[in-house]
Amino acid sequence: MALIETKQISRIYSMGDVEVKALDNVSFTIDKGEFVAIMGASGSGKSTTMNILGCLDSPTSGKYLLEGMDVSKMGRDELAAIRSKKLGFVFQGFNLLPRTSAIENVELPMLYSGMHARQRKNKALEALNLVGLAGREHHTPSQLSGGQQQRVAIGRALVNNAPIILADEPTGNLDSKTSVEIMELFVKLNAESNITIILVTHEPDIATYSRRLMKFSDGHLISDTTRGMQ
Amino acid sequence: MIDLPSTVKISFRALKVNKMRSLLTMLGIIIGVGAVIAMLAVGTGARQQIAEQIASMGSNLLIVMPGSTTSGGVRMGSGTQPTLSMADSEAIIREATSVAYAAPVLSGIAQIIYGGENWSTGIQGTTPSMLNVRDWNLSEGRPFTMEDVRNATKVCLLGQTVVDNLFGGIDPVGQSIRIKNIPFTVIGILEEKGQSPNGQDQDDTIYVPVTTAQKKLFGTSFPGMIRIIMIKAKGPEYMDQAETQLDELLRQRHHIQPGRDSDFSVRNLTQMMQTAEQSTAVMTLLLGAIASVSLLVGGIGIMNIMLVSVTERTREIGIRMAVGANTWDIRTQFLMEALALSLIGGVLGIAGGMTGAQAISAMAGWPTIVSPMSILLAFCFSALIGVFFGFYPAYKASLLDPIEALRYE
Repeated sequence: MALIETKQISRIYSMGDVEVKALDNVSFTIDKGEFVAIMGASGSGKSTTMNILGCLDSPTSGKYLLEGMDVSKMGRDELAAIRSKKLGFVFQGFNLLPRTSAIENVELPMLYSGMHARQRKNKALEALNLVGLAGREHHTPSQLSGGQQQRVAIGRALVNNAPIILADEPTGNLDSKTSVEIMELFVKLNAESNITIILVTHEPDIATYSRRLMKFSDGHLISDTTRGMQ
Repeated sequence: MIDLPSTVKISFRALKVNKMRSLLTMLGIIIGVGAVIAMLAVGTGARQQIAEQIASMGSNLLIVMPGSTTSGGVRMGSGTQPTLSMADSEAIIREATSVAYAAPVLSGIAQIIYGGENWSTGIQGTTPSMLNVRDWNLSEGRPFTMEDVRNATKVCLLGQTVVDNLFGGIDPVGQSIRIKNIPFTVIGILEEKGQSPNGQDQDDTIYVPVTTAQKKLFGTSFPGMIRIIMIKAKGPEYMDQAETQLDELLRQRHHIQPGRDSDFSVRNLTQMMQTAEQSTAVMTLLLGAIASVSLLVGGIGIMNIMLVSVTERTREIGIRMAVGANTWDIRTQFLMEALALSLIGGVLGIAGGMTGAQAISAMAGWPTIVSPMSILLAFCFSALIGVFFGFYPAYKASLLDPIEALRYE
């Protein structure tokens, strides 16, 4: 069974009388442990795909199976529960809570999965250690560099032991050196912890870190290539 | 689902970020709750005072007073002419079945002297029943008896104010005082009663046997003349019946034809006091209602700020939703913030109201009582306001679209 399977998903936005097909009959599968890069121009449907895969949005038609569960017809709270257990997000703009320490930002997902305070703290420290931020637990985002902030965000994404991390332009706000460091962290997590990583990017050199490349254009999946092991 | 301690922690942190704003928002509730507490304290204090005064007057009291008389076609003012007699008082006890005690009173003002001190006070000539009518005990000594009344002995009972003014620390019982230059032996001291409902000092009085007052102190226009008759009914349920019985009995004794005005009037003192108490209760309610309007305004202030806060923190809400917060989590977080604002405001308001009540007591001299009930009421009411006015913003926050919330700048 594939970790992720989409069956002819479409997403149509109605803007007044005009209907915009952001995604048109897209089907693909992603297996556990894959590292996928999604590329495409803006408006190609890559962000819509990410939103649907991330259970932030539901397809207008078609089926999305996550670990065999049909999540395409689920309500808000059921989707929230799926996000809490199965998915971790990394955003271009980091999206950390301001004025809140690194450790508390990392603890955030566990607050909503109902974990005890002591366990939360231990797991958060572990995650910060894993992303190389040991000793900076009590720094707030404004006291951290962009790369460090993104590491906190990655720590937050993996702290609930989610099998999937969705990264939306994770290096878009970072310089090239820091970008490399972040991408190497993703590669490490993928290789050592067998975490499935799905990455949206428009930078071809960032996409080279992945083994599989999906290209979107005008709401269609136009190419899906897997490279051999590097 | 998020646990309660974490929710509380998150809410307090959010309130701390905008300290000034939180404080100003609370101020509405503080003023509202404070006003409710203070107003209820003033009202309760007034009611309590009246209730105490009613109790000090004695319960189930009726008073028979002389009415207007007509003399040669000229109608005299009510109460100007004495029309009641000892015989009336005795007949009441004998015949009015609803009456427990009746005490005739012949009163006047006289100068009293003890040693080098003198004092002017009201002298009441009465019978031993007076103490039963007024529910009045002696703090010292003994009451006078019917024997004293029959013999018109020169004995007296002193009120505490009189004792304070004449005897500087000396035990008055057994001492001799002079009323209108006639020596009287003090045989007892009346317990302190305080103010009457109409503000008179009830302790500024001297009781003497009614016969002594008639024969030695105050002249009478006919034998056995008295001024008023104080009556205690057998119980609250006998008040109306007693009033009717008194009216019928005295009209008959005074030979008043049907259709003619009585030359006396019967007043229900207890009822008069209760009316006063009721009007105070209405006043309390009214003050409380006006004060709760400001509480309502405070609640609207909370709603306003919470709506602003939800808009400001749209992105935060998006982040929380992305990492797994569900509708309930977001709703409780904002509801908890509104509740914290209103409850902290409520507690500060209670403290402020209590201080305010004391200030009113100190400055205006009104008695104020902050009842535990009003504190509980104010606390629950502010909680209710927090939930009521916090619900809509929290509801709005919980229904945000996570994608749009994450994109919000």
